[in-house]
Amino acid sequence: MAAAPNHSATGIRIDLKIIAEMIDDGSRVLDVGCGEGELLAYLQEHRGIDGRGMELSMQGVQRAVAKGLAVIQGDADADLVDYPDDAFDYVILSKTLQATRNPRAVVEQMLRIGRHAIVSFPNFAHWRTRLDLALHGRMPVNELLPYSWYETPNIHFCTVRDFIELCRELGVRVKTSLSLDAAGEVQRFTADSRWANLFGVDAVFLLEK
Amino acid sequence: MDATPGNDLSRRLNAVEDTVTLCGGMPLALDSGASFGPVDIAYHTYGHLNADKSNAIVVCHALTGDQYAVLPHPVTGKPGWWSSLIGPGKVIDTDVYYVICSNVIGGCMGSSGPRSTNPETGQPYMLDFPVVTVADMVRAQVLLLDHLGIDQAFAVVGGSMGGMQVLQWAAAYPERVFCALPIATCARYSAQNIAFDEVGRQAIMADLDWCGGRYLLEGKNPHKGLAVARMAAHITYLSEAALTRKFGRKLQGKDRIGYGFEADFEVESYLRHQGSTFVERFDANSYLYITRAMDYFDMPGEHDGHLAKAFRGTPVHFCVISFSSDWLFPTRDSQAIVRALNAAAASVSFVEVQSDKGHDAFLLDEPEFHDTVRGFLAGMAERRGIAAKTEGR
Repeated sequence: MAAAPNHSATGIRIDLKIIAEMIDDGSRVLDVGCGEGELLAYLQEHRGIDGRGMELSMQGVQRAVAKGLAVIQGDADADLVDYPDDAFDYVILSKTLQATRNPRAVVEQMLRIGRHAIVSFPNFAHWRTRLDLALHGRMPVNELLPYSWYETPNIHFCTVRDFIELCRELGVRVKTSLSLDAAGEVQRFTADSRWANLFGVDAVFLLEK
Repeated sequence: MDATPGNDLSRRLNAVEDTVTLCGGMPLALDSGASFGPVDIAYHTYGHLNADKSNAIVVCHALTGDQYAVLPHPVTGKPGWWSSLIGPGKVIDTDVYYVICSNVIGGCMGSSGPRSTNPETGQPYMLDFPVVTVADMVRAQVLLLDHLGIDQAFAVVGGSMGGMQVLQWAAAYPERVFCALPIATCARYSAQNIAFDEVGRQAIMADLDWCGGRYLLEGKNPHKGLAVARMAAHITYLSEAALTRKFGRKLQGKDRIGYGFEADFEVESYLRHQGSTFVERFDANSYLYITRAMDYFDMPGEHDGHLAKAFRGTPVHFCVISFSSDWLFPTRDSQAIVRALNAAAASVSFVEVQSDKGHDAFLLDEPEFHDTVRGFLAGMAERRGIAAKTEGR
């Protein structure tokens, strides 16, 4: 894993590294859908954050707990309501928004319990996805979107523009927006530009109440 | 120095069995307002306390448990109740940790309880023994820790009523607990659980041999009532799936039903066996007292209805574990604890282990449960600076 091209020199996945750079040292962080706690462990070690995690899979929770991380089994749709207001400086939802039952409510909850929310998601309006659908008339299945429609956990895909519109409706300020290419590298244009909706594979948004 | 397996294990564990009279025999102030003394606490320790006294793990037992967490039980000869979890090289590794397990106050295995002798009368206390609470049990354990010269337990671990003690430890003595593992437990004992306890107590008290609690003086033992109490309670420790898998409708040593009231079904004879072996090792009055202690356990009730208040600003690291088929202490009870800990900004990990074995799962060899505890302790030990001796096992 450490040698995979989408890992940075410090061994952490590039998309996580990008998120890590948005976070102030020593802050309180909740990582929703934290997997095995890679990001939390990195932030705790290098940035001195006070981290918490939430993860659905028991294996993920166990491995995160074994790293000494405070991770609970739970999911974004049901369990964010349990946290008090303003409990965190940052609430992170990395590549999970499209798998939630109610993405809008999840974003609202994130900004209720955190001063900032960091959301990353795959852009369904990427040109390859558009082309796939236009040419074949089938739901796209490729290396970026590997699941068939009937088995995908991604039940609420959105485009970058859709997400920006949601932020507007919620009255949420977009503090930073990044557009990423297939290798996970940050592109020259920001995610709120027209180019991002066509050429961005993933988008990362830092939101503020 | 004979070479029985028990003695081998005892040496390997560096087991110490002792009983201490707390506070030099001075009385202990109890929740009920009574003060009671002298208080004896019977306990075992396993492993070695390290130089900076940072590797102690306090293990809290459940309703019918005792200090024989690892060593074989002296009455039944069966392996200790948590010997699957604790021992050399095991999840709670006695080569790394110094494990302390004591019999609760109110118990019947050497700690002060209704069967103990009242020094004033020379007779057993019986029902003159004061009603004790989970908090009283923990008070005694804290004094035991004082006696052992340990400021802070690295971990406090327990399931069921043991888990209630863990919560009480963390809430009342946060500076004396580094991490806490409440397992298959609750912060507020439910009406259903109180109801089951009451069935057990009524079964005991309905036995004429209970003699108004004075059976020890009358040379009797309400073993029928106690056995029924145990049978009823035992059902609550299992799950329908586990009962079906284990017994189904299988008949006991016969091909057809007997049209009578002998034990036709395997499940009946299993329960009868559970009841009859239990009475050999447990005191009926202790059963009354300890179930009562659980009934009274209501942590949110003691904090204006807000469990989070019990843990505000706590430095303790928590690992809450529940089992999916446990209907006595269901996952939602653990979730209520987790929710409160989150609201109190505590450091908390939580896993619901998938198991069809019901409440009993916490006593059984459940790999996912063991992996979680092992992982959590390893992470915490690293944080606490306790050297893990057996890396790469």
